[in-house]
Amino acid sequence: MSDVSEPILEVRDLSLAFGGLKVLTDVSYTVPKGSVTAIIGPNGAGKTSMFNCISGFYRPKSGAIRFQGTDIGHLHPPQRAELGLARTFQNIALFRGMTVLDNIKLGRHAHMKTSLFDALAYFGRARREETELRAEVEEKIIDFLEIDHIRNKPVASLAYGLRKRVELARALAMKPKILMLDEPVAGMNREETEDMARFILDVKEEWGVTILMVEHDMGLVMDLSDHVVVLNFGQVIAAGKPAEVTSNEDVIRAYLGSGDVEVLRRTVQGEVAA
Amino acid sequence: MIDFDWLFFLEVSLAGLGSGALLALTGLSFVLIYKATRAVNLAIGEMLMIGAYAFFSFSAGLGLPWWAAVPAALACGGLLGAVIERAVIRPMLGESAISVLMVTIGLGSVLIGAVELLWGADPAQLPDFMGTSPVFLGPAYVSRKIVIGFAVAATVITLFILAFRFWRGGVALRATATDQGAAYSCGIDVPVVFSMAWVFAGVAAAGAGILVGAVGGISPAMGIFGLSALVVVIVGGLDSVVGALIGGVLVGLIEAWTGTYLGGEFKTLITFGLLIAVLMVRPYGLFGTVEIERL
Amino acid sequence: MRIATAKESYAADEALFDTPTQRVWLALFVAVCALFPFTANEYWLYMACLVAIHVISVTGLNIVTGFTGLVSLGQAAFMGVGAYTVAVAETRFGTPVLLNLIAAGAITAAVGAVVGIPSLRVKGLYLAIATIASSFILHFVFANWNSVTHGVSGISLPPASILGVEFGRPFALYFLIVPIAFLAVFSASNLFRTRIGRAFIAIRDRDISAEVLGIPLLRYKLMSFALSSFYAGVAGGLWAYFFRVVTPESFPFVYSIFFLAAVIVGGMGSILGSILGAVFMTMVPEVLKLGVGVMSPFLSDAVALLSPVRTIVFGGLIIGFLIFEPHGLAEIWRRIRRFFHLWPFKT
Repeated sequence: MSDVSEPILEVRDLSLAFGGLKVLTDVSYTVPKGSVTAIIGPNGAGKTSMFNCISGFYRPKSGAIRFQGTDIGHLHPPQRAELGLARTFQNIALFRGMTVLDNIKLGRHAHMKTSLFDALAYFGRARREETELRAEVEEKIIDFLEIDHIRNKPVASLAYGLRKRVELARALAMKPKILMLDEPVAGMNREETEDMARFILDVKEEWGVTILMVEHDMGLVMDLSDHVVVLNFGQVIAAGKPAEVTSNEDVIRAYLGSGDVEVLRRTVQGEVAA
Repeated sequence: MIDFDWLFFLEVSLAGLGSGALLALTGLSFVLIYKATRAVNLAIGEMLMIGAYAFFSFSAGLGLPWWAAVPAALACGGLLGAVIERAVIRPMLGESAISVLMVTIGLGSVLIGAVELLWGADPAQLPDFMGTSPVFLGPAYVSRKIVIGFAVAATVITLFILAFRFWRGGVALRATATDQGAAYSCGIDVPVVFSMAWVFAGVAAAGAGILVGAVGGISPAMGIFGLSALVVVIVGGLDSVVGALIGGVLVGLIEAWTGTYLGGEFKTLITFGLLIAVLMVRPYGLFGTVEIERL
Repeated sequence: MRIATAKESYAADEALFDTPTQRVWLALFVAVCALFPFTANEYWLYMACLVAIHVISVTGLNIVTGFTGLVSLGQAAFMGVGAYTVAVAETRFGTPVLLNLIAAGAITAAVGAVVGIPSLRVKGLYLAIATIASSFILHFVFANWNSVTHGVSGISLPPASILGVEFGRPFALYFLIVPIAFLAVFSASNLFRTRIGRAFIAIRDRDISAEVLGIPLLRYKLMSFALSSFYAGVAGGLWAYFFRVVTPESFPFVYSIFFLAAVIVGGMGSILGSILGAVFMTMVPEVLKLGVGVMSPFLSDAVALLSPVRTIVFGGLIIGFLIFEPHGLAEIWRRIRRFFHLWPFKT
């Protein structure tokens, strides 16, 4: 479905190194608009570093990142966020000192205009913006993600699965054009994983947001994604539709080393209990 | 323009070198604590002060000879370090670095109050135990106390560095500094390393305190010396022993020169100006480890 | 048991005081504050003014330290900048009082922003050290910029006067200082209902994630520093009108530690905590004085003990609260409130 549409994000020959350690080498791929694209690969393959480059937290050594047709390589992270690059984090970066509601509201920061003086007086623009934001967060995000029962709780008191959901809520408040999810279901039980999968699909279909995710849960990747990119040792070793990628022998070798390829393939495809 | 008095400059520089050695010793004590426990100890100057006052009590108060009073004061410094670690630093384990820093600010305040309470607020002189006859290095005159201070500080620093390199405890300390979790799982008793670091730092600080007190007298405000030591470790890098040495000598020289040629009141201006400049240009100091941030 | 607090609109739920009970208490508090000067004696008015000045300064420090997570040990020096600004404006130019106070805030905010510039490069820990350095540098300026500050002898001011009304005695000053303190506290409370306040807290909790989520770190750190310094500047300006003599020794480094202690004791990251901390820390020395008064018949030099004991108590409070009650008096207050809200049911 999405193969024909123009790319929303293009990564060209991206290389990143920390000192002598090459983290990414000439990584190129595109994310079609409106798709769910998954980046998979063994631990240490550079998936999260890839995300950090796109967010602007790491400065790549060379290469280009184009978002909606323009190069964003020179932009600071906050500017990229304002353009609509929203993300969640692998080890959950919620703000412990704030309630769930405030965490979600924070996501909208870059799109608001309240100045320091408005804020101190809480009058005019500040009052209007905050009230509008509250209504929108409640009606569009909190109801959608079914987290209304925890809205006033401090995030520190939440269970792991709920925290992941609040992080997704905060990313949605960022008015994303592309949503980058770093291991959205890692550490979740079956039920929580199914909920998250449902939310991801709804975000794609109802909100029309492109999704780029890093995930180890192959079942989820196979079910949700239109497009899969496989990284190993900082290089793209395969890309394409999920079925194509899982039958690629390089991929299987990267994941599981050598061995009986047929058994391994079935393991990857979830036919054999892991 | 009048002729520049090179001999005088040399004498000032030597004096600066002398106080630089004391700064380096204090800085070493600071680095020791930072390396082992990641605590920025803003009470270092006050720990130094307690050492000086302890010496004062043993020598002037109890009339002990200096060779008995010095070890006694050092022991007090070590004890103080152990008590501080156990009572206020260990409960803060796992708290943010900022909280620990604020605890040490409170600690400094408590120690100043304790000194005023026990010994009074007036400045005092340590009994003279080093002699006063001047020392001539070539043509340059240097105060005897400064020479002795330099020699002692240099010896102690050398001992510390050797211990750091070769002694089992020193190795354990370096391992803990690199990775607490890994050190713990290798069988290193991390809490003991913590205590040990504070004890040794307390001893070093007390030693520095005796020397500083011998040169400049003692008062409840002498903890301000700790602020100069803070400049030293920022310049050298919070976790670098070598940095503390070089930073100490550097700051000692700069303080001596500004104090002499610009006037004493400029000392704080110049040293703290230096601190801010270093923070702007090289935030991790000349030899400090650059921390890599992770998301 | 607190019941019937349902709201009908999001705006009502976003209000600062969102229940009728709270509003009644607030009205009562304002009334008590307004009537207080007519019943209290000179000593209590003096204390009230001092508390109000400290409330402003502590609220400011809490914004940068408690909410934004940047420890500042320069708050007293910043107050000094404000006090000198007012003293110079009053004695040289004779400009109106309120203008002087705003100028004190603005100039101090500018100085604060400059002091915050190292946050461009360094993290919280190092920044704390940079503020210590700045505080000593400012002290040097106060003592040595003779043409403006008159060096160690300092500057004496005439009483503040607005529209012919003279604010000399604590009774009159009360009506100048306390309303400004109210305004300062309400503005700060408002701030933390908006995106700016959220950005500050986000920087405290996880600064690098905050950046990726759209918050320009440097701008907000400097903004926090500047705002905090504005509060300090206004507090310092009021301080100058209150004590009417400003010298370099008026704002020693220990005064900065006093403010930090007030923030910690009151509760970091809590506006209520700023008020509680300022009141508590200002009253501690008075209580100690009382204690000394009681002791003096039995102890010959009890008065001489006052200063060291105060220093120990300040330090001890910092340590004790950080270890045992890191959220300060505000948390204790919350616990008491919760007890009454849930009464007669057990928590």
